[in-house]
Amino acid sequence: MSNNIPKQKIKREPISDRRRFFLNIARSVGLASLAGLTWSAYVDEVTASSLVLRPPGALKEDDFLKTCIKCGMCVEACPFDTLLLAKPGDNRPLGTPYFIPRDVPCYMCPDIPCVPVCPSGALDQESVSSNGKLDINKAEMGLAVVDEESCIAFWGIQCDACYRACPILGEAITIEYAKNERTGKHAFLKPIVHSDHCTGCGLCELACVTEKPAIFVLPREVAKGKAGDFYIKGWDKKDEKRLENATSKTTTTEISKKSAIDSLNDMGDLY
Amino acid sequence: MAKLWNNYRYLFFRRFTQIGLMLLYFGANAWGWNILVGNLSSSLFLNMIPMSDPYAILQMFVAGAVLATDLLIGAAIITLFYMVVGGRLFCSWVCPVNIITDLANYLRRKLGFNQIQKRQPATRNMRYWAIVLSLIISAGLGITAFEFISPVSMVHRGIIFGLGFGWAAMLVIFLFDLFVLKNGWCGHICPLGGAYSLIGKFSFIRVHHNKDNCTECMKCKEVCPEVQVLHMIAKESLPVLSGECTNCARCIEVCDDDALEFSIKKLVREKQNEDNK
Repeated sequence: MSNNIPKQKIKREPISDRRRFFLNIARSVGLASLAGLTWSAYVDEVTASSLVLRPPGALKEDDFLKTCIKCGMCVEACPFDTLLLAKPGDNRPLGTPYFIPRDVPCYMCPDIPCVPVCPSGALDQESVSSNGKLDINKAEMGLAVVDEESCIAFWGIQCDACYRACPILGEAITIEYAKNERTGKHAFLKPIVHSDHCTGCGLCELACVTEKPAIFVLPREVAKGKAGDFYIKGWDKKDEKRLENATSKTTTTEISKKSAIDSLNDMGDLY
Repeated sequence: MAKLWNNYRYLFFRRFTQIGLMLLYFGANAWGWNILVGNLSSSLFLNMIPMSDPYAILQMFVAGAVLATDLLIGAAIITLFYMVVGGRLFCSWVCPVNIITDLANYLRRKLGFNQIQKRQPATRNMRYWAIVLSLIISAGLGITAFEFISPVSMVHRGIIFGLGFGWAAMLVIFLFDLFVLKNGWCGHICPLGGAYSLIGKFSFIRVHHNKDNCTECMKCKEVCPEVQVLHMIAKESLPVLSGECTNCARCIEVCDDDALEFSIKKLVREKQNEDNK
């Protein structure tokens, strides 16, 4: 039966060379955009981690990410195995060096072995040198922050573990005395971190006696606020200098054309 | 035994250099050896000679990084070496991912996946597109685009510094090459391989084909990971001139008729051949 019906051949018109050419171009552009967008989205996401502590002398995070070639030589140079190279699963930008102070802090070697070996300049020797000599005290790996609610020294219990552990003792962390009003006869010995001396080595975080450390190191950009140009210490000659670069912005608010009485009678606008 | 050696000598040397290099790097990290420190992205040979991945440097440059002298010298050394001597040697003699993709390719042949999947629905020029894309993204985001996703670096860093979930990347490449696309990663996508194809285009060490000895058994074409470079087999006596040849020498090993061999590129003869075309 069906044999009698001739098979219908579908005839498509052949695609012209011109059309083929444009179709191929459209396809290539489309696929390239697809790949490019996926790729950029992924890379943007995996490099967005802002809570990473870098080795001493590291450039600012943006510059560090583009300059670090991920060779791991700083990691190999570190005698304390402080530095780690981010591997898949660490949830940090892949292949870049970092450290976790609560596990192994930076012991601030005076000869800073991790910095001179860096071939790319992502760890900048200049930034950790003074007078042409390496000076680890100039490192700015992070900044220690105290959670006053869980720090037992702020409760009135005597503890100066972080203060004693600090390699820049008495400068990066000082102890502030205050009267304990609760007992009336005891003192608080509160640890205070000074950002101009703290290197973010994390020895305090390791030494902290609480279950989860009450003093911990954060990247400086995360730990610090910024007052901006609108607030100047008028009593401080040095701070007043900032006024020279201050920016200003004039804003104008349009005055309402309604009469004042309208706004009192028309309650609807208040909600 | 002699035949076994004859059929696998280059493979042996390749695995020896691949594993040996990784061992030197690993030893530098684990036991403080000073022969080869760093990894394939950038390293220091004998505490003196810097070596850097030129493709990574290019991305850094495009991303707007300030390039250190050591990196530039290192990249120049590597580029010159492969440009003059090696061609795409990196891919088959150095890169550890090659071991994974070779295994996938071997299983493909042995298990017969090549028979049920003959069509290759992708172009090998993808790698050059990947290079262009990586540079655009590097410039746009100010970040070395390929270096943050590169399974190649994931694997060599994994071997030297600890793998983490890097095994997943290895497995992805393996499965992709085994089930999705023959020679998928190394032969189609990897922009690093693409970069070395471009660099090694004019290098001197070449596989030469001698048509007179060829019996057209096509064993070479079966094992070749970049089969398009062997277009002259049984047709013309020509050197393999494509930069995409990785100089892995598998074709030389499987040839029982002495129709393929390594030799230094004969510039004069090559020129003649070009003229005859």
